[in-house]
Amino acid sequence: MSKEHSRAVNVKKLALCGMMTALAIVFGYVEHLIPFPIGIYGIKLGIANIAIVVAIYALGGRTALIISTIRILISTMLFGNGVSLAYSLCGGLLSTLVMMLMKRSSRLSCIGVSVCGGIVHNIAQLAVAVAVVDNLKIAFYLPVLLAAGAITGFLVGSCSLLVLKNAYVRSITDLIRQNNTPN
Amino acid sequence: MKKNDIILLCSVLLIAAIAFFMGTVLLDGSGDTVVVAVNGAEYARLPLDENTELLIQAENGTNKLIIKDGEAYITEASCPDKICVKTGKVTEMRSVVCLPNKVTVTLEKGD
Repeated sequence: MSKEHSRAVNVKKLALCGMMTALAIVFGYVEHLIPFPIGIYGIKLGIANIAIVVAIYALGGRTALIISTIRILISTMLFGNGVSLAYSLCGGLLSTLVMMLMKRSSRLSCIGVSVCGGIVHNIAQLAVAVAVVDNLKIAFYLPVLLAAGAITGFLVGSCSLLVLKNAYVRSITDLIRQNNTPN
Repeated sequence: MKKNDIILLCSVLLIAAIAFFMGTVLLDGSGDTVVVAVNGAEYARLPLDENTELLIQAENGTNKLIIKDGEAYITEASCPDKICVKTGKVTEMRSVVCLPNKVTVTLEKGD
């Protein structure tokens, strides 16, 4: 593969990274606008994670981790506060990390990987909440949050699968993958 | 979708359901004292069978706790998300939590 071609693919990848980050932020904002009548912390759709799951498969785990970090930092600056940063960072980074590892084992499709991500996200956030209010009793929320994480993870994973199946997305993904493997 | 995905999803849901069921059976109905804690430190301890109102003053804001007819719930909160108000009444399994104010309202068995 020529050097020029490789550079062109890298530019494509860079543009895609920026787009994914922007998409994740916008998804997070849109979700923020939808009123959600459940009075339990941590239960939300997490549509921003569609961008993260797609990024893990299309751009690679490490890139997805960077996208996730940037998304959280920018979202917090725009809509959040210092306290929410701790929750978001802990949940977001841990879940991305676990999804990366689960994808590597290749026993699960992107739906199963996303389910793992959803569960880990909620467990991590509950752990931070226990630390913040310094009261172990709220750990009784765990079963509800587990189920919620699994279900939202399933939905996010299903959406991601649809995106990843798209012919155009696949052509870009293949291009980047070929470029990453040294020949 | 692979078979493993379905196994994973179903087993997690099953574990969650069993844990939830066990918690409900073991814990519910045994509490008679409402314990309010701010930042991990006990703020107030109130009997569930006495109608009262309490304005919880935490460092970042306030929450208004109502105990009425054997039910405890928060009606007003100074934070924007109002999740503690939406949570509804306190049960043994479901503490009412206000994360911005670091307030927890739990139901415990009195002494």
